[in-house]
Amino acid sequence: MLDTMMKLFFAVLPYVALMTFFLGTIYRYRARTFSYSSLSSQFLENRQQFWGSVPFHYGILFVLAGHIVGFLVPRSILWWNSVPLRLYILETSAFIGGLCALTGIIILMYRRLTNSKVAKVTSPMDWIVLAMLAAQIGTGLYTAIFHNWGSSWYSASLVPYLWSIATFSPDTAAVMVMPWAVKFHIWGAFALIALFPFTRLVHILVIPNPYLWRKPQVVIWNWDRHTIRQRDY
Amino acid sequence: MDVRAQVTTVFHLDKCIGCHTCSIACKNIWTDREGTEYMWWNNVETKPGTGYPTKWEDQSKYNGGWERTKNGKLRLKSTSKKSIPFNIFHNPNLPTLDDYYEPWTYKYEDLFNAPEQSSQVTAMPKSLITGEIIEHIKSGPNWDDDLSGSPIYAENDPNLSAVSDDIRKQMFAVERLAFFYFPRICNHCLNPACVASCPSGALYKRGEDGIVLLNQERCRAWRSCISACPYKKTYYNWSTGKSEKCILCFPRIESGQAPACMHSCVGRIRYIGMTLYDADRIVEVANLDDNQLAEGMRSLILDPRDPEVIEAAQRNGVHDSVIEAAQNSPSYKFIKTWKLALPPHPEFRTLPMLWYVPPLSPVLASLDTGKVSNSTDELFESVEKFRMPISYLANLLSGGNEGLIRYSLKKMLAVRMLQRHKTVGDIERGTVDKMLKEADTTEREATEIYRLTSLATFDERFSIPPAHREEAIESVGVVQEHKASAGFGFKFAPRRGL
Ligand code: HEM
Ligand code: SF4
Ligand code: SF4
Repeated sequence: MLDTMMKLFFAVLPYVALMTFFLGTIYRYRARTFSYSSLSSQFLENRQQFWGSVPFHYGILFVLAGHIVGFLVPRSILWWNSVPLRLYILETSAFIGGLCALTGIIILMYRRLTNSKVAKVTSPMDWIVLAMLAAQIGTGLYTAIFHNWGSSWYSASLVPYLWSIATFSPDTAAVMVMPWAVKFHIWGAFALIALFPFTRLVHILVIPNPYLWRKPQVVIWNWDRHTIRQRDY
Repeated sequence: MDVRAQVTTVFHLDKCIGCHTCSIACKNIWTDREGTEYMWWNNVETKPGTGYPTKWEDQSKYNGGWERTKNGKLRLKSTSKKSIPFNIFHNPNLPTLDDYYEPWTYKYEDLFNAPEQSSQVTAMPKSLITGEIIEHIKSGPNWDDDLSGSPIYAENDPNLSAVSDDIRKQMFAVERLAFFYFPRICNHCLNPACVASCPSGALYKRGEDGIVLLNQERCRAWRSCISACPYKKTYYNWSTGKSEKCILCFPRIESGQAPACMHSCVGRIRYIGMTLYDADRIVEVANLDDNQLAEGMRSLILDPRDPEVIEAAQRNGVHDSVIEAAQNSPSYKFIKTWKLALPPHPEFRTLPMLWYVPPLSPVLASLDTGKVSNSTDELFESVEKFRMPISYLANLLSGGNEGLIRYSLKKMLAVRMLQRHKTVGDIERGTVDKMLKEADTTEREATEIYRLTSLATFDERFSIPPAHREEAIESVGVVQEHKASAGFGFKFAPRRGL
C-alpha cells in the first residue's frame, strides 16, 4: 500500500509540479509583469543582508549548477569521479557550497525575524520559501554526510529517473530504494518547483543577462520618427 | 551630426527663496504613497550643506557617475558590466535608509484620545515603515535647512574640498556667514548613468524630448540605478520593490503645462525649453577634462536657427513644432547666448541638462560707508570678495573652472548696475558702460537678461512643444490592451509581488 502510494508520488507529483511551474510562471509574466522582482530589502538593512544573501546565493547557485550539470552530462561526472582525488575535490566543494547556502539562509531568516523594518516587508510566502529552502539544504547536507559520494550515485541512479520523467516514461524503481533523506529531498524539490510561480523565486527567471551585451544607452521613441516627418500638418 | 531634442531646464539660483513650494507640489502629486515617503524627486538644499541624501556629492562614498579609463573610455564607477555579476546579490554602493531618513508621521489621535492629565499631551512621532514610536528623530527632509556655519552640516559640504583653508575660515566667520538655496530634480542627463547601469534595461531616454523614465514593469529591483546616479535622483520603493524617479511631470508636459515644481515656483526661478543637441558628440564631450566639461556641454547644444541644424533635425524625426519651441527656448538664451547658466557637477560626466545660473546674492554696499561704491574696479573686485567664494561655486557648477563662474557673475552684476543706474540713479552712466563692456555684454543684451530674469511671463519662462500623442505608436496599437487600465498604463494596482 505504502509502496504504491510512493510510486504514484514519484511518478505523478513531478508532472503536477512542472505543469504549475510552466503555466504559473508564464501566466504571471504576461498578466502581472509588475510582480516580477527580486524584492530587495537591502535598502532597509544592509549589513546582515550582505552576510546572508551573498553566501546563500553563491552556495545555492553552485550546488544547483552541480545538479543541472549532473542531469545533463551524467557520464562526464562519473568519468571525473573515476579518480578518487577528483571525487574528493568535487564532493568537498559541493559540501562547502551547501554550507555557504545554509549559513546564508540562517542569517537571512534571523534577519527577517529580528529586524522590524525587514519584517514589515516579509510576506507569509517569504517564510514558506525560506523554510522550504532551508529544509532542502538541510536534507542535502544530511545526505552528503550520511550517504557518501552522492555525486556518483546521483549521476548513476537518480539522473536516469529524472530523464524518465523528462521523457514521459516515469520509471521509479531507482528512487524507491533510496534512503528517506533522499526521498524527502526529491519531494522537496518538486514541491519548490510547484510553488515557484507563487513566490519571489520568479526573480531567477528574469536574471538580466542581456545587460552584458546591450548598448549603454537606451532611447525609445513614442512616435515613429520616420513617418512623422512625412505627414502634413 | 545626430540632432536630437531635449527638454532643458534652467534654475536661476539668484532668485530662489528656499520656500520648498516646489518640493511640496511634487510630493503631493507623485510621492505620497507607501514606500515613497522618503523620496523627494524635487528637493531644495542649503549650500554650503551636506544635502540629501547626506553628502550625495561625495563620490568617494557613493561611487556614482562615470570615470575615465586609461584607454579613453567611460566606465560606471558603481556597477560596470564586469562587476555586476558579483554585485547583484549585495550592492556595495547602495545608499540605505540611514543616508536618507526614516519617514514618520505623528500619533495625532493621541491629542484627542488621551485621558485628562496634568501634563500637556503630545503627539509622538511614529515610523511610517514599521509603525513603531521613534523616540529620537535623527534626521529628516531638509534637516540642515538654513544651517550654514554649522560644524555638523555646512562644514562637511563635499564642495569645500576645493576651497582654500583661508577662504574657508572667512566663509565660516560669524559676521560673514552666507548661504544660498540649491533646488534639485533629476537632470534628465544626455549620458545618464542610471540608464546605462540598469541590468534589466528598465530605464530609457525618450527620443522626442529626452525625458529619462523608469519602466516599473521591467524593474526587477537590482537597484543599480540608485548607486549609478551621482545626483541620487533615482529612489528605491521599499514597499513595491521597484525603483522610481522624477518623470519631469511628462503627463503635464505632454498637455502643454509646466511640471508641477516649475509651475508652482514662488521665486519664478525655473525656466524650461527645448534645445537641439548633437548626440554624435556625447561620448567625446563626456570624456573632456573636468574644467573643460561645462564649455564642452555648451558646445553640444546647437543653434536652432542654423539651417543645417534644422535640416539635420528634420531628417532625424524631430517635429517642426519642437524645432520652433527650441527657437523660442529661454534655456537656450541662458545657456548659449548669454552664457550665464552652468551645469551642476559636470565632472560626474552624465551631462546633466538642468543648468544653474549662479547666485549673486550678497549685498554690494560696503560695510564701512553703507554706500554702493562707484568705480568699476571696486564693483568687480566685489565679485572676488563675494561671501560665496568663486572656488566654491566653481566646484559646484563648472568642474572647477573659475573663469566661467566669474564671467557669469560679472555679467549679472553689470545687469544689476545698469538697472540700478536706470531706477535709482546713484551710479554714473560712464561706470555702467565700462562695466557692460568688461562683462562682455551690451545694454541691449543686459536689458533682455533683466527682462527674462525679472519680468518674464509664464509663457516666456516655459516653452513646451505639443507632444503629438496622436502620433504615438501605442495609439495605433491594440486598443484593448489599454482599456480599463488604471493611471499610467497599469492594469492592476502596482503592488508588491509575492
Ligand atoms: C543568478 C541568479 C540569481 C540572482 C541574480 C539573484 C538575485 C537576488 C537578489 C538581488 C535578491 C534580493 C536580495 C536583497 O534583499 O537585496 C535575491 C533574494 C533572494 N533569492 Fe536570489 N538570485 C538568484 C538566484 C537564486 C536562487 C537559485 C535561489 C534559490 C533557489 C534564490 C533565492 C532567493 C531568496 C530566497 C531570496 C530572498 C532572501 C531574503 O530573505 O532576503 N535566488 N536574489
Ligand atoms: S540625474 Fe540621475 S536619474 Fe536623472 S538622468 Fe541623470 S543619472 Fe539618471
Ligand atoms: S518653489 Fe522656487 S523659490 Fe521656492 S524653493 Fe522651490 S525653487 Fe526655490
